[in-house]
Amino acid sequence: MTINEIQDQIIEEFSVYDEWLDKYEYLIELGNSLDTIEENKKTPDNIIQGCQSRVWLDAVLEDDNTVTFRADSDAIITKGIIALLIRVFNHQTPQDIVSAELYFVDEIGLSANLSPTRANGLLAMIKQIRYYALAFSALNKK
Amino acid sequence: MDVQQIRKDFPILSQKIYGKPLVYFDNAATTQKPQCVLDSIVNFYTTYNSNIHRGVHFLSEKATEIYENARLKVKEFINAKSRTEIVFTKGSTEAINTLAYSFGEAYIKPGDELIISEMEHHSNIVPWQLMAQRRGAIIRVLPFYDNGELMEDMLEKLICDRTKIVCVTYVSNTLGTVNDVESIIKTAHAHNIPVLVDAAQAIQHLKIDVQKLDCDFLALSGHKVYAETGIGVLYGKEHFLEELPPYQGGGDMIKNVSFDLTTFAELPLKFEAGTSNFVGAGSLLTALNYVDSIGLDNIAKYEEQLLEYATKKIEEIGGVTIYGNAKHKASIVSFNIDGAHHYDVGMILDKLGVAVRTGTHCTEPIMKHYNITGTVRASFAMYNTFEEIDTLCEGIIKAKKMLR
Repeated sequence: MTINEIQDQIIEEFSVYDEWLDKYEYLIELGNSLDTIEENKKTPDNIIQGCQSRVWLDAVLEDDNTVTFRADSDAIITKGIIALLIRVFNHQTPQDIVSAELYFVDEIGLSANLSPTRANGLLAMIKQIRYYALAFSALNKK
Repeated sequence: MDVQQIRKDFPILSQKIYGKPLVYFDNAATTQKPQCVLDSIVNFYTTYNSNIHRGVHFLSEKATEIYENARLKVKEFINAKSRTEIVFTKGSTEAINTLAYSFGEAYIKPGDELIISEMEHHSNIVPWQLMAQRRGAIIRVLPFYDNGELMEDMLEKLICDRTKIVCVTYVSNTLGTVNDVESIIKTAHAHNIPVLVDAAQAIQHLKIDVQKLDCDFLALSGHKVYAETGIGVLYGKEHFLEELPPYQGGGDMIKNVSFDLTTFAELPLKFEAGTSNFVGAGSLLTALNYVDSIGLDNIAKYEEQLLEYATKKIEEIGGVTIYGNAKHKASIVSFNIDGAHHYDVGMILDKLGVAVRTGTHCTEPIMKHYNITGTVRASFAMYNTFEEIDTLCEGIIKAKKMLR
């Protein structure tokens, strides 16, 4: 599936929730089932320090030129949003990740979580995902 | 004290958030404004707006009168000896930065020491660190017990002949602890060491008498006591303020300026460079009058009941840890649901209409003390109710269930 197809799928999934707490319940569920990063990968290099919650992110370029992301957070709702971001960007090519337009977070009403003043690590995480993709696509060109 | 009547004075409180009645428990961050304060701001701009001091015209004189009346009101409110001891700043942070800079310039030599408590807000740590780096001074830390009370006995041990100032908060913005600043000041004064009291979290909760406390400096913020943002006060004993050099240069703080020699204005204007927030000062005047009309004693008594009720109800939930159990506390409760992240709890409470603060509350040393990354903080003001605390507790129970 393309990045946009996955985003649309997520928007569809969230459209059934009218209540905020139901949305959060779902995010918590997603967070709990997220295949998290290995403890030894939770290094200072991989940490994205927010004042509210902390996020760890690691990325690997696979042989088929797609990227596998692993991430974690100490806050579970943040982790649920991470699970969605990973679902969108995982197994995509670096080029597609770099040029992707991220719109699903807005659409499902969670954009406040990406505000720079929230300091929950999510905005920095998205930036970091793009940096990884940029670096990987530069590697490709060599 | 009629809480329902008071609530009517605060128009913001009657709104709904996500369809739920707003429960505003973030009062330690900033308080809401009564209608009279809002009116005073509009009234100033529609009637008197004009820059203060040295204006020959009618409006400027009226504006100056309001500004200086605000100074007199603050003087009375904290019982300072003279209006010259009241310096307007943009808040307690600027008050402390002003003092740290000027005090450093005047009195601090390499190797000198300052004592700062472990429970200070970053705004009473970082300005001193900056000064200490500049002047080669050393910072000593007065620790606190796990219950949130300062280790006062340690103060005597930390003091040495190079100690130049003690900086301590009156009320901890995270733990709620009301420190026995009077006793700390006595100890410091026995060694001829001046004391700064950070009253940012005290001014709205308890009666402050700087002469009785005998503190040498005191910092406060208007927006924590129902006035608008951007106005605060540095109180300093006159002889200190006379000796200290100015912090910032500009208009209003000078007597004469030439390229050879500039002389400075009399107190307190020496420390008020540039156009002051005179509208803010006017709002502070109105806010303090409003507080007086209700009575700080009544407010303190009521807030104590709120604190007691909230503490009891939160403890009853079980599986919740409260940080700060000092004997003497202001209406601030910091807590964590065991095994849950403060940020998640805050997000869930938000969607239930309950406004709390989560994170480190600008007190990272306190977080380090308890080895935690943050807390949820509910802080109460005179317009909060017992029913709102019930709503908070229902939210905590809900969050606990969701985050299990």
